[in-house]
Amino acid sequence: MMSLFYSLLVAVTLLLPPSPERMDTVTALTNARIVTVTQGTIENGTILVQDGKIIQIGATVDIPEDARVIDLAGLSVYPGMIDSGTQMGLVEVGSLPETRDASELGDLSPQMKALTAVNPNGVAIPVTRVSGVTTVLTVPSGGMLPGQAALINLHGYTPQQMFAGFEGVILRFPATGRRGRFDSRSEEEVKKAADEAMKKLNDTWDSAELHHRIDSTYQTRPEDGRRPEYVPSMEALREVIQGEQTLIIQVNAANDILAAIEWVQTRGIDRVLFSGLAEGWRVADKIAEAGIPCLVGPVLSIPTRQSDRFDKAYKNAGLMHAAGVKIALRSDDTANARNLPYHAGFATAYGLPLEEALRAVTINPAEIFGVSDRLGSLEVGKEATFFVADGDPFETATTIHHVFIAGYEIPMESRHTRLYEEFLQRSPGLHKHDQN
Amino acid sequence: MKLKTVFLVTLLSIAINSVAQEIPTGDLLVRNATVLTITNGTLENTDVLIQDGIITALGEQLSASQEIPVIDATGMYVMPGIIDAHSHIGISNVNESSAPVTAQVSVGDVLNPYSIAIYRALAGGVTSSHVMHGSANVIGGRNETIKHRWGLLDPDELRMAGAPRTIKFALGENPTRVHGRGNNKRPASRMGVEYVLRETFAKAQRYQEAWAQYEENAKTNPRAIPPAYNSQLEVMADILNGDILIHCHSYRADEILMLLGVLEDFGVDQITLQHVNEGFKIAPELAEFGASASVFADWWGYKFEVYYSTAYNAAILTRNGVLTSINSDSGELNRHLYHEAAKSQKYGDLSDDEALALITINPAIQLGIGDRIGSIEVGKEGDLAIFDRHPLSVYAINQKTVVDGIVYFDIEADTDDMRLIVDPESTVDTVVLHSHDDTHQCLYEGSLDLYDFLESN
Repeated sequence: MMSLFYSLLVAVTLLLPPSPERMDTVTALTNARIVTVTQGTIENGTILVQDGKIIQIGATVDIPEDARVIDLAGLSVYPGMIDSGTQMGLVEVGSLPETRDASELGDLSPQMKALTAVNPNGVAIPVTRVSGVTTVLTVPSGGMLPGQAALINLHGYTPQQMFAGFEGVILRFPATGRRGRFDSRSEEEVKKAADEAMKKLNDTWDSAELHHRIDSTYQTRPEDGRRPEYVPSMEALREVIQGEQTLIIQVNAANDILAAIEWVQTRGIDRVLFSGLAEGWRVADKIAEAGIPCLVGPVLSIPTRQSDRFDKAYKNAGLMHAAGVKIALRSDDTANARNLPYHAGFATAYGLPLEEALRAVTINPAEIFGVSDRLGSLEVGKEATFFVADGDPFETATTIHHVFIAGYEIPMESRHTRLYEEFLQRSPGLHKHDQN
Repeated sequence: MKLKTVFLVTLLSIAINSVAQEIPTGDLLVRNATVLTITNGTLENTDVLIQDGIITALGEQLSASQEIPVIDATGMYVMPGIIDAHSHIGISNVNESSAPVTAQVSVGDVLNPYSIAIYRALAGGVTSSHVMHGSANVIGGRNETIKHRWGLLDPDELRMAGAPRTIKFALGENPTRVHGRGNNKRPASRMGVEYVLRETFAKAQRYQEAWAQYEENAKTNPRAIPPAYNSQLEVMADILNGDILIHCHSYRADEILMLLGVLEDFGVDQITLQHVNEGFKIAPELAEFGASASVFADWWGYKFEVYYSTAYNAAILTRNGVLTSINSDSGELNRHLYHEAAKSQKYGDLSDDEALALITINPAIQLGIGDRIGSIEVGKEGDLAIFDRHPLSVYAINQKTVVDGIVYFDIEADTDDMRLIVDPESTVDTVVLHSHDDTHQCLYEGSLDLYDFLESN
């Protein structure tokens, strides 16, 4: 009987994945400085984690006898950072089309779902999460309506395991700005292209609204009408028009932001976010007045106009916050989404208050994406998704010691650390033994 | 008549040159700073005296003439002006991509003193840039080492007079894409890259031999016929003579070993590898050759030859004895090279001085100007960046940038619009939305097909 028990135990042990680990028993993180973000900072406290959730948090917490205890003396716990704009899992090697799954053909593909194409084994995922960035919005690109972005946690073996509870339809708003230093179109050409794009957007939206009306009529009185033809893109936009799905509008130039505000109001779209906002500071009061939350970044970027002060891109987030805009930060990067804390650090250096910068990478995006019941702060009942640092997470000198995602303790390694271990003192070095 | 014209033109150009060489220099006393000398540690409560553009004294409570302008740097950190070993700012063209070998051209011919990117680099504490030709060619054009003297309008006034000549080489994906795939001519593979290098160096050797033979013959035969002048092989010969330093765009360990083999065979012993994302794999070989490396702090993943990268590259190279610098290759990154150095310190165990050396003395040595700039020492040129905090902090903001003893950037004097010229044909202030890929310039050097691909998406 005993031996059978042990055999079973051994079998079960062998079946357990070697890493990452999630304990069924309670894990107690003790003696920690706990930066809850929403409920102040506990200078010396304990967090109890069970079944992937925070079950207790506070200065005095009773620790169950069988708990696994991790002593965090001298260290601080922060909620996992959320990057509000990447292509994580969608793009493996930027220049190789075979490894890019962020774009579909055509201008109108709002029914495409980024979550479908997320590769849970993308090599940038471990590289990103060991920096304390635990959750990212991964965003499709290409065309006017490239598809639906997905919020994902950076641990899981299937896209569904990674899914963090939010999807939104991306709209690349017609742009009057140039697309980069190689954009050599004349000003007339730029304006003409933007006008055409605006007409196309309005035509598309007219069709979607019509489709919605016909379909609604059919749903309420099927006997009176004919079911509209099945048009996948219209079905996807219908969810936005009905207010069931969020529209994320990518917009950057000041005039385009104003046009987008007007367009959103004219169309009566309630669930809407802006993303990008390179010139948000120019029209920040208008954005605040419209009450549209903004996914701002990258902070580390060049000013949009030659006449702008050198630090305008650094200051953008701070100026928007000061005007009353609710902001979350994005790196707009994939390989280096790990630099999100430094985008926040630069925004802080140039005017965004430190606590607001922290909110802009934690609770603000969680609220904006409607997942603040599970992410964004350290509170009882939320996911145990956090990181442990030995200092200010926005400083490069700070080391991240532990990362937990939904209770799973993440191995603190990636391709970058493994290559360091292998090659710092390569063996053989210059000569193999037999060549000496 | 024709000879007379040539003579006059030559005389005129000498006159213009001598005028252009009168670069303004300044006197300056920086008081009571924490001075990060890089080469001699950190000095607290120290003054730095610059006279005629040269650092003449370092010490506590220095006395100086009343007329010398003073900066009170109490509580501030003074470091040597930052040097960017790989940049494409301040030029109106990057690539002459018409052939796999274009050694005869130089970006020094297309300097643009009006480029706002120069001012923005200054704002980030960068005083010198190694402005490079692109990476479309196995052997590209020559580069130019400039100082950021913002406001001087003669292109010649940007040049760092006396800095050694350098040339751009490039291995791997860029030249094989542009020529092999783009124009159906060699190289289309890394084998072809080696072939182009060896063929060109061998031709240069024959060219040298032909000229040596001619000069020998001319001693006894006044009617000896000189070889045909070849502007490309002239440059190649200067490389063989050690007069031009090679800076080679390269990523993969195998192609770098190939290059070292070629250089060894042709007797070239000075090489700085640019980007060199896989340098960490062959750090012992690089150290033995004496090759140096100029790397990104953390750029990777944007193409296949940088897929197997590590941000610990700078640390591994440094610990294996390879002289290493951090460069920008970007009009965005170059404004915060101090932050790039800080990230290189995060990934590894470099000391503060070692991290700051990556953007000061090390690139200076790689450009052959380590005796003139790159550290704060008496006798060196008065190029400084003055930060409000330690420059390895993410919260540090550069307050003033000094070149040749002259303050060219002062955060308090910075107005919103610092342009030197406004395009009268531009009807509105053009908005340019710089993407990450756009600012990362080597990605696009001679690779407009890739740019179009990303743009269309």
